[in-house]
Amino acid sequence: MIRSVMVMNTQGKPRLAKFYDFQTVEKQQELIRSVFGVLCSRAENVSNFLDATSIFGPDSSLVYKHYATLYFVLVFDSSENELAMLDLIQVFVETLDKCFKNVCELDIVFNYSKIHTILDEMIFGGQVLETSSTELVKAVEEISRLESASNSITLVPKSVSGWWNR
Amino acid sequence: MASTTSSIMDTLFQRTLEDLIKGLRLQLIGESAFISKALDEIRREIKSTDPHTKSNALQKLSYLSSLHHFDMSWAAFHVVEVMSSSRFSHKKIGYHAASLSFSDSTPVLLLITNQLRKDLTCPNNEFEVSLALECLSRIATTDLCRDLTPEIFTLLSSTKIFVRKKAIALVLRVFEKYPDAVKVCFKRLVENLDSTDPHIVSAVVGVFCELTSYDPKSYLPLAPEFYRILVDSKNNWVLIKMLKIFAKLVLLDSRLAKRVVEPVCEHMRRTGAKSLMFECVRTVVSSLSEYEQAVKLAVVKIRELLLDDDPNLKYLGLNALSIVAPKHLWAVLENKEVVIKWLSDEDPNIKRESLRLVMAMVSENNVVEICRVLVNYALKSDPEFCNEILGSILSTCSRNLYEIVNDFDWYVSLLGEMSRILHCQQGDEIENQLIDISMRVRDVRPELVRVGRDLLIDPALLSNHFLYRILSAAAWVSGEYVEFSRNPFELIEALLQPRTNLLPPSIRAIYIQSVFKVLIFCLHSYLLQRESTTSSYPDTSALSELASKREMPEGSNLATFKAPSHSEQDEVFNPRVSNQSSEELFVGNGGDRTMSHGQTSTPVTSENSFTYEAVVNQLNLIELALGPLTGSHDVEILERVRNLLCFIELIKGEILESLVQKEENLNSAETKSSKIIKLMSDAFSEELGPVSVSAQERVPIPEGLVLKENLNDLEMICGDIQLPSSISFSLVSTHYEEGVGASLLDLQIKEELEPPSEATSLLAEHRKRHGLYYLTSEKNDIVANDYPPANDPKLQDNQNNDTEDLVKLTEQLLVSKKRPNQAKPRPVVVKLDGDVVPVSAKRPGPKDDLLSGAVQEVLLGSDTRTSTSRSNLSDKSSSKRKGKEKLITDPSSELNENLGDAEKLDHENPSSRRSKHRTHGKERRHKSPRKIREEREENGQKEKKKSSHHHARHKTRQRAEVPLNVVSETPVIPDFLL
Repeated sequence: MIRSVMVMNTQGKPRLAKFYDFQTVEKQQELIRSVFGVLCSRAENVSNFLDATSIFGPDSSLVYKHYATLYFVLVFDSSENELAMLDLIQVFVETLDKCFKNVCELDIVFNYSKIHTILDEMIFGGQVLETSSTELVKAVEEISRLESASNSITLVPKSVSGWWNR
Repeated sequence: MASTTSSIMDTLFQRTLEDLIKGLRLQLIGESAFISKALDEIRREIKSTDPHTKSNALQKLSYLSSLHHFDMSWAAFHVVEVMSSSRFSHKKIGYHAASLSFSDSTPVLLLITNQLRKDLTCPNNEFEVSLALECLSRIATTDLCRDLTPEIFTLLSSTKIFVRKKAIALVLRVFEKYPDAVKVCFKRLVENLDSTDPHIVSAVVGVFCELTSYDPKSYLPLAPEFYRILVDSKNNWVLIKMLKIFAKLVLLDSRLAKRVVEPVCEHMRRTGAKSLMFECVRTVVSSLSEYEQAVKLAVVKIRELLLDDDPNLKYLGLNALSIVAPKHLWAVLENKEVVIKWLSDEDPNIKRESLRLVMAMVSENNVVEICRVLVNYALKSDPEFCNEILGSILSTCSRNLYEIVNDFDWYVSLLGEMSRILHCQQGDEIENQLIDISMRVRDVRPELVRVGRDLLIDPALLSNHFLYRILSAAAWVSGEYVEFSRNPFELIEALLQPRTNLLPPSIRAIYIQSVFKVLIFCLHSYLLQRESTTSSYPDTSALSELASKREMPEGSNLATFKAPSHSEQDEVFNPRVSNQSSEELFVGNGGDRTMSHGQTSTPVTSENSFTYEAVVNQLNLIELALGPLTGSHDVEILERVRNLLCFIELIKGEILESLVQKEENLNSAETKSSKIIKLMSDAFSEELGPVSVSAQERVPIPEGLVLKENLNDLEMICGDIQLPSSISFSLVSTHYEEGVGASLLDLQIKEELEPPSEATSLLAEHRKRHGLYYLTSEKNDIVANDYPPANDPKLQDNQNNDTEDLVKLTEQLLVSKKRPNQAKPRPVVVKLDGDVVPVSAKRPGPKDDLLSGAVQEVLLGSDTRTSTSRSNLSDKSSSKRKGKEKLITDPSSELNENLGDAEKLDHENPSSRRSKHRTHGKERRHKSPRKIREEREENGQKEKKKSSHHHARHKTRQRAEVPLNVVSETPVIPDFLL
């Protein structure tokens, strides 16, 4: 079971934080901080695993991947395979890339709700339900369409990311 | 009126989430100020009646809560409001906020049941259903699960894959929170295993993987289905989960393992996916490690991983190797070079993992070399890893009372060497071990004193505060076992060197106390030496007295008083000379002695002998060095300094005088000071032994002492504590043992035989009444021989007797040492009963939890418990349950018994079982006199079963259960795989 998904930038600012067990906001902050504290001390080209037991308690592992300015972090227990989790990060990033066309940190900053939609389609209550980025994109687009259809009054255009990506 | 206008204004000029994010990024007024302003806005907006304004505010709040960690529990009610909006976009925001902020204790949870039910049954919008499912997967409580089980049950067979897979995944949480849901949903969950849609299968397998990890036993009956998926599936995700499931299941049933091992190896050989390959390897090494061929194959694959360039694979390879290590050490040894090479890898994970493996390889035979290699790596490593290496050396070598250490001289010098490593921060542990070894291992004391001396004498070490604890141990050892020192004077100087003022007071106090001990030893030796020259007694008596008291081993270098004759010229020496600048003297002497120590190993050197001059020098030196400390603010230091200085004052006068009257007064040895010195020397030469944890219990209750009038109260306290019959080891002196506690055995026996006192008669009466012995001695016979249960059998008999005089013991030790002994025997390591408690961490028995009970009930038809909340279930499910209740025939205890029998039967007659398994399908076996009939019956059913679908199998299983009721002893063989 996956316990948590985090995306944070190289300064330690969280960009996405999802915990599948209830955690208070203070605890969340503490966990993100401690994870970043370990991540930032690691060199490039070393393994993508971290000993997470000191942060998340027994039976927990952590994999992370470093893309440009972002760390993608997955915390999970012994019913997941480490390499499969690394693949899952890859799937997530690929999906983001497809949804935002050359995803960058700003897309993630400005699309809080969409990022969560993508993640929720992929991981449900800590279990991986979808691993194909094509399927994910399809579902997410469907949901976005439904959202905007139900939203007759939109004061601000949805894709701000367009301006920022110029 | 006012509120309406403000709400319109809010709507028109409300900041959206994007505005908020932009504002945060601009940071015109600072982040915290901006956020608190935004939160104020949100608090206002969220109360708005306009759903759009409200949901927008809630979205902003969720954002701030999720990424800026602001509490949003205060908005729980607004969350519920937004959830119930009819618009999808608002609903989505509401559900997101709920899953973000609701916990089991959120009060408004009670309000959302109907909303959830409505959304779950929403007929045309699968995305709304999905929102509700997602939210439930995070927040569902027992109440919610109970109330919504029917809806979830319906969704389990939804035609929409998108919804069905989520409903399946949700079942995990439902089962966990509300085990009674198993009765309703389990069957349908199992049916989904047969689905043709890969998403569904993947979801179900995921759920079962989680379920089996909590309680594998309950899912054993599903093994055939799992097996089919393991063999047929092409999806790596599914296969990985399947392997995880089987890794748990095969531990329960060896026959299952036999069947599974082949497909697992097949996957391992064939697959191109590293993740699947690694999972196969892990399954084999953790659960199928008895299958030699499989393990060999796995080790080959591990080697591939180890040699890969990808650090991830390297790390996992090492990981797998450490799983395999306890059972198949050869696998590690085969890869020894690679493992050791990676101690210097740049990745800390890999370094750490290989260190763990290296430690796993350590045995009696190679501990010396491995420690050598590791210390070399420690010297090269960064401080953190260096300490990890040192820490693991220390913990490995001290495991089970230094089990793997044969050569303690080596180990002690290794400890000394480790202390000198630059980054060493293991002071506490090294301190403990030095003292522990000094008390437990008699033979190593000379080496310990040497190592201690080397540490103490080095002024550079005094500046490293990590070493203080080690130095304190060294000081203590040097003081306690000073008789093994080659040069006690040198020790005094080392202990008093000026840089010791860098030490913390507690450790300085230990230094001073050690000085005291060393000084007493010197003075005592001096007196003995003088006695032997002046008196007509042969010096052998004095010698042997000292030797016996000190338990000096043969090899001890200290026998300086053998050559007393040359002290003539020294005695002429004017003691006042030493009153000159003692600073100079100190330096000069120190230098001399260090040098001489290096050169000579023969004990009889003028430097070493306890000459009058040397003794007086030392007295002066101590007075000079400790004088300033009489004003110390630390009580420990103050007290010890005072003790020492007063003592010196007490004896100094007589020592000086004794020079003058020496020749005329033959009785000079009997002066006051020499008496005092003897007394002190006796006091200090008492052995300090390790104290057993249970030492307190060993103190005998003196006769005639009424501890408790009413022994009923004692029952609770002493019921489980065994009072041993004798003191095996304690801080008590040998004399005391001899005098008071010596004949404890007798004492106890006496107590049993003739109970003279009130207490014992009371006790006897009490025992008679209850037939209980609280102060038992029966079991303690084992305890009695625990003084040193040495590995050396030669010594064992001698030392078994606790009350034996230590002097005698030493003699025997010496005698036994003289025997031609093979190579180098392992020295005696004193053990106490309190020490070795290798009780395998007893896990509390698998708690009989509701979920597994429910699952077993469904799968095996055993009624393990009466449902607690049946009445709460809706009508729909209760009708189903009724059908099932009829089938529940077999109480669980009976079932377990049967399982046990089945195991036995199996072993007796494996071949026949096998052949039968081949003929029958997935049916459970019933071995009984009637089995043939039953089997025929089953065969009949098989035809039907094959044609029909899953339900049929359940039916047959249920039908097969019925005869069990009639013949309850009938053993059931739960081989589910065939």
